[in-house]
Amino acid sequence: MNSRPIDTAPPVRKPVNQMGSRIFGGLSMLFALLALILLAGIIVALTIESMPSLKAFGPAFLFSSEWNPPAEQFGALIPIYGTLVTSIIALVIAVPVSFGIALFLTELSPLWLRRPLGTAVELLAAVPSIVFGMWGLLVFAPIFAEYIQPLLAATLGKLPFIGQLFSGPSLGIGLLCAGVILAVMIIPYIASVMRDVFEVTPAMLKESAYGLGCTTWEVMWRVVLPYTKNGVVGGIMLGLGRALGETMAVTFVIGNTNFLSTASLFAPGNSITSALANEFAEAERGLHTASLMELGLILFVITLIVLVLSKLLLLRLSANEGR
Amino acid sequence: MQAANQSKQSVITGPTQIAFRNFNFYYGEFLALKNINFEMEKNKVTAFIGPSGCGKSTLLRTINRMYDLYPNQRAEGEILLNNENLLSPKVDVTTLRARVGMVFQKPTPFPMSIFDNIAFGVSLHEKLSRAELEERVQWALVKAALWPEVKDKLHQSGMSLSGGQQQRLCIARGIAVKPEVLLLDEPTSALDPISTSRIEELVIELKNDFTIVIVTHNMQQAARISDYTAYMYLGELIEYGVTDELFLRPKKKETEDYITGRFG
Repeated sequence: MNSRPIDTAPPVRKPVNQMGSRIFGGLSMLFALLALILLAGIIVALTIESMPSLKAFGPAFLFSSEWNPPAEQFGALIPIYGTLVTSIIALVIAVPVSFGIALFLTELSPLWLRRPLGTAVELLAAVPSIVFGMWGLLVFAPIFAEYIQPLLAATLGKLPFIGQLFSGPSLGIGLLCAGVILAVMIIPYIASVMRDVFEVTPAMLKESAYGLGCTTWEVMWRVVLPYTKNGVVGGIMLGLGRALGETMAVTFVIGNTNFLSTASLFAPGNSITSALANEFAEAERGLHTASLMELGLILFVITLIVLVLSKLLLLRLSANEGR
Repeated sequence: MQAANQSKQSVITGPTQIAFRNFNFYYGEFLALKNINFEMEKNKVTAFIGPSGCGKSTLLRTINRMYDLYPNQRAEGEILLNNENLLSPKVDVTTLRARVGMVFQKPTPFPMSIFDNIAFGVSLHEKLSRAELEERVQWALVKAALWPEVKDKLHQSGMSLSGGQQQRLCIARGIAVKPEVLLLDEPTSALDPISTSRIEELVIELKNDFTIVIVTHNMQQAARISDYTAYMYLGELIEYGVTDELFLRPKKKETEDYITGRFG
């Protein structure tokens, strides 16, 4: 039957061609290095361009609130303060709201509502920031001045210490208004990241917690949130990064003044980005441009510090759960 | 079905812990469990065996109403836990789940320390002083045969333990709330043979304090550790009996085919 002898010798195999994988490996390394080179390039360029201002003012640049282009006196305190305060306000509002949205979408929402709601949140992220700016200036700020600021002044404004933050004339535009607009803008980012990480939490882990007799809240707060903390902090950092760097919308509603005499959040102010947007076009070459460049460098450093702090926070959290 | 119905009076000899009465279960429109009737004895190990998809895990997960989490799943009929129908709308599921603990296919330690993994469930349901809580955690870890291995590192993460240790941690977590019933859903399917045999010894030990229901793919495991075995196929309880009898002298042809490996 089987007359042909079975050939037991190993077949002749094609020589393995390493060329393709070498090229691919080299290319991908090149792209990765490109990111590093760009980063270094930006830092170097910003530093060189801001050299005149760095030399002229030194560290005092950070603590001086005087910004007087005709007199060539520049200090970054007001824009730094504005950037930090508006971003903090945005986070204080956006983080709990986003957590609520993500919790509802993953655990509580009926199935038919999940998709439309999730899409709506994502679409909110797609609204151009200038639209938020116009809406903030023309629609939100008047309402804010008319109803919300008086309400805040009458309630929170009466408390000791923090009352100062909610006092003064209700202008609408100002630091608080900018913070609120920023919150609206970063909620979709934080909420959709939180939803995504909550969704990939193993069902068995959640069931284990439910199986011990946890309520939905206890499952989310005590088990899912610690389990997903890396993703959640990452999402918050994404939102914070956006808030720190947001220019257009903030420029519309922050008031754009380099003069700040009160602690009130109702007061108009300036942020690093809006100062740059407003002044770059008309800045004279020389100390003014250099100071604006230094503002950019400071924003960069702030973002870097925030990133480092978030890593430290994660380390602390891990230590707390005994790792 | 007939046989299961007839045998329900005669199968168990001691007090009843859990009883299913005319129980049906649906995934949406699909009838996944058909007219289940049987009783499980207190302080014994009852094993559910059967081929994949036969409904044994589904049946287990009805005892703590885990299916409540999923909107498309529903049950009808009665499950009596100490003669109280736990499907009644009056039953509070969080309290029920404190009375019926569960351990899953894979270890699921919570992202917290070993101590907190166990204290967590206890503090959901009881107000204990720190000393009482520590005592309870130790009690649970001793019961779960994990204490000697972790007593010096209670504040390390539960996730730092080996797979077998994690699963015993999950058992300790389950028994720390002092449930009446402990449900084990293929608890050794992700473990190596040594860890598996430690869990099996533990199960036999634990039945002195708890009624244990275990789902297993492994027939030898059912034979080794259970007092009663239920064989399920396609959503029906085909045969239920004393484990030794069921394995040595199965009454039904289907059961015999399955346990002799001719099918499944």
